[in-house]
Amino acid sequence: MSAAPEHAPRMAQLSLGDRLGPWMPLLLVPALVVLGFLAIPSTSSWLTLTVSGLAMGMMIFIMASGLTLVFGLMDVINFGHGAFVSVGAFVGISILLMMGHMVEAPSLVLNLTAVLVAVIGAMAATGLMGWAFEKVIVKPVYGHHLKQILVTMGGLIVVEQLIIVLWGPEEIYFTRPETLQGAITFAGAALEKYRLVAVVVGLAVFAAMRFVLRRTKIGLIVRAGVQNGEMVQALGYRLRLVFIGVFIAGSALAGLGGVMWGLYQEVVSAHMGNQAMILIFIVVIIGGLGSVEGCFIGALLVGLMQNYVAFLEPKVALISNIGLMVAILMWRPMGMIPVVKAK
Amino acid sequence: MIKLLLSGDTPRSTVLAVILGVILVCLALAPFLFPGVRTVDTAARICVFIVLVASYDLLLGYGGIVSFAHTMFFGIGAYGVALASTHMGRGFDAVFVGALAGTGVAAALALLIGLFSLRVRAIFFAMITLAVASAVAVLVSQLSGLTGGEDGLTFQTPRALGPAFKFGDELFGVKLNGKLLAYYFVFFGALILFLLLLRIVNSPFGRVLQAIRENDFRAEAIGYRVVYYRVAATCLSAGAAALAGALYAVWLRYVGPDTTLSMELMIDILLMVVIGGMGTMYGAVIGATLFVVAQNYLQNLMGAASGLVTDVPILPELLSADRWLLWLGVLFILSVYFFPTGVVGRLRQGRQA
Repeated sequence: MSAAPEHAPRMAQLSLGDRLGPWMPLLLVPALVVLGFLAIPSTSSWLTLTVSGLAMGMMIFIMASGLTLVFGLMDVINFGHGAFVSVGAFVGISILLMMGHMVEAPSLVLNLTAVLVAVIGAMAATGLMGWAFEKVIVKPVYGHHLKQILVTMGGLIVVEQLIIVLWGPEEIYFTRPETLQGAITFAGAALEKYRLVAVVVGLAVFAAMRFVLRRTKIGLIVRAGVQNGEMVQALGYRLRLVFIGVFIAGSALAGLGGVMWGLYQEVVSAHMGNQAMILIFIVVIIGGLGSVEGCFIGALLVGLMQNYVAFLEPKVALISNIGLMVAILMWRPMGMIPVVKAK
Repeated sequence: MIKLLLSGDTPRSTVLAVILGVILVCLALAPFLFPGVRTVDTAARICVFIVLVASYDLLLGYGGIVSFAHTMFFGIGAYGVALASTHMGRGFDAVFVGALAGTGVAAALALLIGLFSLRVRAIFFAMITLAVASAVAVLVSQLSGLTGGEDGLTFQTPRALGPAFKFGDELFGVKLNGKLLAYYFVFFGALILFLLLLRIVNSPFGRVLQAIRENDFRAEAIGYRVVYYRVAATCLSAGAAALAGALYAVWLRYVGPDTTLSMELMIDILLMVVIGGMGTMYGAVIGATLFVVAQNYLQNLMGAASGLVTDVPILPELLSADRWLLWLGVLFILSVYFFPTGVVGRLRQGRQA
């Protein structure tokens, strides 16, 4: 009989690298900001670019968050997500145009009320549309990625064409509400008011989402469902209902993002959802499918990167995002914060 | 002999065989059967799109991989011919160098994208190709010094393929000039490429691809490296698409972002594959023919229909010729649900029943 192998347990700490690992993505945003500071010669333009990058990132985050949750929860990949962005923008802008006198008035309260009404209208419309989209288009193809991609792409085409039927093929130009126009000067840098508003709204949405996901029971179910859906169902929760709720909420958020995006560019077109979709996908991939935090960090990275590079070297702005995606996928093939275990 | 040419994959349905035969004869004799600039142009477009759609089917129908960068590869082939013809002067050598270079670049790019995205999850591929393709389209329209930007490039093809070249008098009332040769250049090029693709999908390689499509986990367990096969399929289909692009460039003598790289074109390809039938090479023939003919002639019909209902609200808008993509989108969704094997699958099923 041989002796048992020697066993001498030691209390060892994880190496510094291992402990820092999970926090690395969080450091990327400040790192990029510092990098931008070093690369851009003038401080005031750096500040302007940083704010507009953050604003853009927040808007992309609002649009993308629904998509990543829907995927995490039900393994459904929705290529039609961009349609909600377009519809939200068109509904919101139509409401704003109808309330012309409130928009043109130089009163902050009246302006904000008009925007709020437009946002609520847009979110209601896209939420309702999300519900219909889920029922008609997504439900019959659960668990079949190939068909999901094809069918939701078809849905995108149909919705885009319907927008053209209802609103006409022309792009609609408009101006932002009176008090949201112009810029304030801070430390020699011109900061557009609307971008600051966008940053605040984005932060609020992110905080609210984190609160719901981390502190409420429904959030617990959603997070558990992302990790292991079968187990949650076995415990007696009807994950399908939760999923429809998340789908509707995600669509409504895409609508909100659409209104904000439209107000940001001051023009809406039927193809804008399609264009937003590309940025949304990049963000969702680098963030890690199913992760709200990853999506947030990814969106900020993409927004900042796009603005810095567009200032330094305009021609490579779109390519820079692809480069960012390639770099991050080489570092972490599943995205920065992988949540969904390969199913 | 025919069986050998078709790699043993016969239509397996009398109706389908008849339809395919009619299409083949029509395309082969198009300049004589339907003389006219527009109809011959339509026939050449059908030839090019059959190859393009068939190469996409290799990826989507046989490999089960969704790509949104197929027009990018198509465009790379077309721009290859255009750039070579511009810088090397007109001649067949320029066409071949351009086509080969385009095919090489397309395959290399496909290898890169494939290695990046397919090793993790197949669905990443769809999203990443969408992003890359849009970036390339923007890049091409911005690098106007090289690519002509939004205006594209107009260039000269070999003299023998131009309308000024005459090699005889009329035959059955058709002028024997270079345009006719150009058509047959495209037609035979497309035919050879299509038969090659048919050969590929019926080889052991194609069989493994189908196995992976059905159950990748099991294919891996049996001992096939799923990633290698998927990447190889991506590269093959990218190369074939680039060659189709080269044919298209030779026919049009022009390349531009709208005709070769646009997202609309990608959606057209998707519609053609799904309507024709995924996973059946013959679906590409049916889908491309139906679609191109519909694109050219259905719009007139819809315009007429919209003229009939001018009094009803909204309806004329829905029926106007510009909205045909709406109805195709609806048709697309319905066919994914109810006829996932498309027209060809239906015809084959009908025979068995």
